[in-house]
Formats: sequence, C-alpha cells, structure tokens
Amino acid sequence: MPEIIQSGSGTLLTNAERAAISRRRFLGYTGAAAAVVIGVSACKKDEDNNNDPNAIDLGSGDTGILNYAYALEQLEAAFYIKVLQTPYSGGAAAEMALMADIRDHEIAHREFFKNALGSNAIQALTPDFSSIDFTNRTAVLAAAKAFEDTGVSAYNGAGKLITTPAYLTLAGKIVSVEARHAAWIRDIISNGTFADNTVVNAMGLDVAADPPAVLLIANTYLVTKISGNNLPTS
Amino acid sequence: MNLKNVITEIERVDPEVYERLDTRRHTMKQFAGIAGKLALAAVPLALGGLFKKAYAGTKRVESVFDVLNFALTLEYLEAKFYQMGNAAAAGGTLAIPAGAPQTAIQTIGAHETAHVNFLKSAISAAGGTPVAEPVFDFSAGNGTGTGPFAAVFTNYALFLAVAQTFEDTGVRAYKGQAADPDLMANNTVLQAALQIHSVEARHAAHIRQMRKTNGGLVPAGVNVKPWITGKQSGIDSAAVQASYDGEEITTQAGVPIININGQVISSDAASEAFDEPLTKAQVLAIVDPFIVP
Repeated sequence: MPEIIQSGSGTLLTNAERAAISRRRFLGYTGAAAAVVIGVSACKKDEDNNNDPNAIDLGSGDTGILNYAYALEQLEAAFYIKVLQTPYSGGAAAEMALMADIRDHEIAHREFFKNALGSNAIQALTPDFSSIDFTNRTAVLAAAKAFEDTGVSAYNGAGKLITTPAYLTLAGKIVSVEARHAAWIRDIISNGTFADNTVVNAMGLDVAADPPAVLLIANTYLVTKISGNNLPTS
Repeated sequence: MNLKNVITEIERVDPEVYERLDTRRHTMKQFAGIAGKLALAAVPLALGGLFKKAYAGTKRVESVFDVLNFALTLEYLEAKFYQMGNAAAAGGTLAIPAGAPQTAIQTIGAHETAHVNFLKSAISAAGGTPVAEPVFDFSAGNGTGTGPFAAVFTNYALFLAVAQTFEDTGVRAYKGQAADPDLMANNTVLQAALQIHSVEARHAAHIRQMRKTNGGLVPAGVNVKPWITGKQSGIDSAAVQASYDGEEITTQAGVPIININGQVISSDAASEAFDEPLTKAQVLAIVDPFIVP
C-alpha cells in the first residue's frame, strides 16, 4: 500500500486529510470520501499491528480502560504542549489563551489518571507528531479537531466497558470537557460546525468508538505502540 | 402538572409490562441480533429491543424507564425552548442575529427535538410509557409567566443566558445518571445516554461562545469560555446559580488537581478540566420553576 493515497480527483491528500478521512472510516461513516480510501484501513492494520511484541499492554478490566484513557490524555497533552511551545502564525491572543486552557486541562487529565492508576499506570508514552506541521494553523486545528472528536468518541465507547461506578462518573466528568474542546476547535475552524452532521447523527447522537478503532488512530501518533488486546469488550 | 409527580408516576410502571416482555422476548431477541444492520431511523426500536432483552422480567426495567423518562423531560424542556425561540426569531420578536447565530439555534433545537424523538421511541420500543410533555413556563415563574426570565423570548441576551443554563444543566444531569447501576448494566442504553451527553456539551460550548460574542456578561469583565470556570455563569441572576454550584471543585477522587505532580495547573484550569454531575433531585429542583404545575 503506497504511503500517499490518491483521491478521486487526482490530488494528493495531506496527512491531516488522510487522518481525517481514515478516522471517519474507522468511526463507521460511509460515503464517497470513505470509499476512496477503503484500502487504507487494511494498510493501517499492518502498520499498527496490535500484535506488535513491543507494544505496551494497557491491561485488562477497569485498570485497562483507565490506562486507555491515560494513554489518550498523554497524547492530547503532548500535542497541546507542542502547540503552545511552537505556536503557529495567525493565532490571535484570545485564541492562544484558550489553547493554553486546553493544554492545562489535558495535563490535568493526564496527571489525574497517572495518580489514580498508581503502580498500575503504563509508562510515559513518546508521541510522534511528525505528520503535523505545527507552524501551520490549518494543520494544527485539523489535528486538534481529530484528537478532540476522537477523544469524545473514545470515552463514549468506553463507558460501557467500565464496571466501577465512580470511574464511569469520572470518565463522564472528562468527556464533556473534551466535547467542549471539540466544539470550540470546530467553531474556530468554521463557525457553526460545533456539532455538525459529521459527528452528530440524525438521532442527535454523538460518535461512540470502541478501543480497537481508537487505538488504530492513536498508534499512528506514537513511537512505541500501545495494545488493547486485553481490554474488556463488553 | 408537577414534574416530581410525573417521575413518581413513572416509577409505578404498568404492572403488565413484565408479562408483555416475557411473551415478546423471543421476537425481540432476534430483533436485537440484527441491530447492527439496521438503518439509523430504526435504532431507537432496536435499542428498545436490546433493552427489553436485558431487562425482561426484572425490576431493573422500572429503574431504566425512570432514568430515560427523566432525560426525556429535560429534552422536552430544551426542545420546546428552542422551538419557541426560533419561532420568536422568525416572527421578529426575538432578535437572534441572522446568519450563524440563527443557524446555530436551529441546529441545537433540531438536536433537542431529535433527542425527544429518540428517547420516546426507545422507551416505547422497550414496552415502556414515555412521560407526557409538561407545559412549560420559560419565565421560570412556575406557571405565572412572570418569573425572572419573563423577557426570555424578546431579549436575545437573556435567551442565550437561559440557553446556556439549560445546556450546562443538561450536561450535569446526564452525567449524574450515568453511574446509575441499572443503566450501567445495560450497555446499549448507557452508550446512547453518553452519546447525548457529549452533544449537550458541544451545545453548551457554542452557546457560551455566542454569549461572549454578544457581550453584556455579568459581572463586568467576567470571561465566559466554552468550559465552566469555577462556578461562574456570567449571568446576572441568582436563579441560575444552582446550575453552577459545585462546578468549582478542584479535587477529583481525592486527588488534588491544582499544580498536580509539579505541573502548573491553576485553580481555574483545575475546575474547568472536570464537569460535575448533579443528582436527579438537584436537577428537578432547578427545572421546577419552568414547569407549570
């Protein structure tokens, strides 16, 4: 499978576009755009092999789900830390102030899970953001949107896998903040897209994604991969 | 109609419901099995089928109907609010600016109506009885029409303030129900509730930005962000405070979040990073003034 995917119109997709399209495909959306890249998921399965012997195992049961959340929060925190360290051009002060808020929220989430997990916590993960051009506002916002929407879908899909009520409530406390982030990022990309029909279906429901679909995306941004092979499935 | 009575009534589910569940169990089980292949529009029905499969013949069905009808009542409130707001804007009595603001309110209203329909279908498909739509008094005057928000459909800033309160309260209400043991025991219903919950949070974030754009926040100089800072609403009314009280906490599960593990996390950021649940009783007290008894 070639690294660069040819779109229907013959133009080459950027990494961000590829990520966005494959993400939509992973989340179960169908349509012309997804049809173009049907081969991508097969390709990515090889790329992000869950049977990678070096992959970090998230564990099982509620601990596994908390580590899953911890991994996603690590990724998000690292992303926004980088955004604030190497700010893109064209970001107004008010916009960067809210970006800094998001960074702090994600760091708070990350550290909370680290402390809550204690000795059960997975190691600190090394992100690979080489596919993101941090100097380009459009590229950063597209990546931020993908991270936030994916985060929301991940928590929405993981809720049912949690058995301890207090953990479910905690996940609930975090997911709505991720949804607020997602809405704002979407609105600064294009005002009014906070809950458009790419994330909210005709019944008014947001996306929910199960761990395998989310980990496929997460692993594309990680140097050492993570494995959810022992996570609960129901 | 008093909301508390409605909820109580729903707790007394039709005694024949168990019998019906048992006789239909086989059919519904088959139906549930094909849920993955169903078109979107059929999902509430499928949800009902799964729900029925999980709960047939158990007391838990009452509890889950209770949660769903509680959610339905809140969605009725929101849906009607936006219907009336959109009608007032169309009629020229509520000055929602044309363009993005009007479109956003229409989008949000359509979602709330979709939530009403989804919940009603899901409850009915599972053999339950959806609670009837209450009559609302959006002035928050308990039916007098002269409550603190009497100008809600003529004053755009007030309309947005009430919208923000409804959305932020909705987020907290769903969050408070998620860990209900009987909801937790039903993966399909729990996930659907979570999928509504995050949509309400998206709405809240957008309405808060609309308020910031529109200006006139109280107290002067307050910065309303897409997320909730401390327990501030930016709204000049004590009537909304119960929807924000408790949001200011900065310790989660015994873990202090401010400057956690040597990171620079302010008190504001620590409170913003986590939204807080409300109990059903707290939510009912908040919406009570909006219901005509």
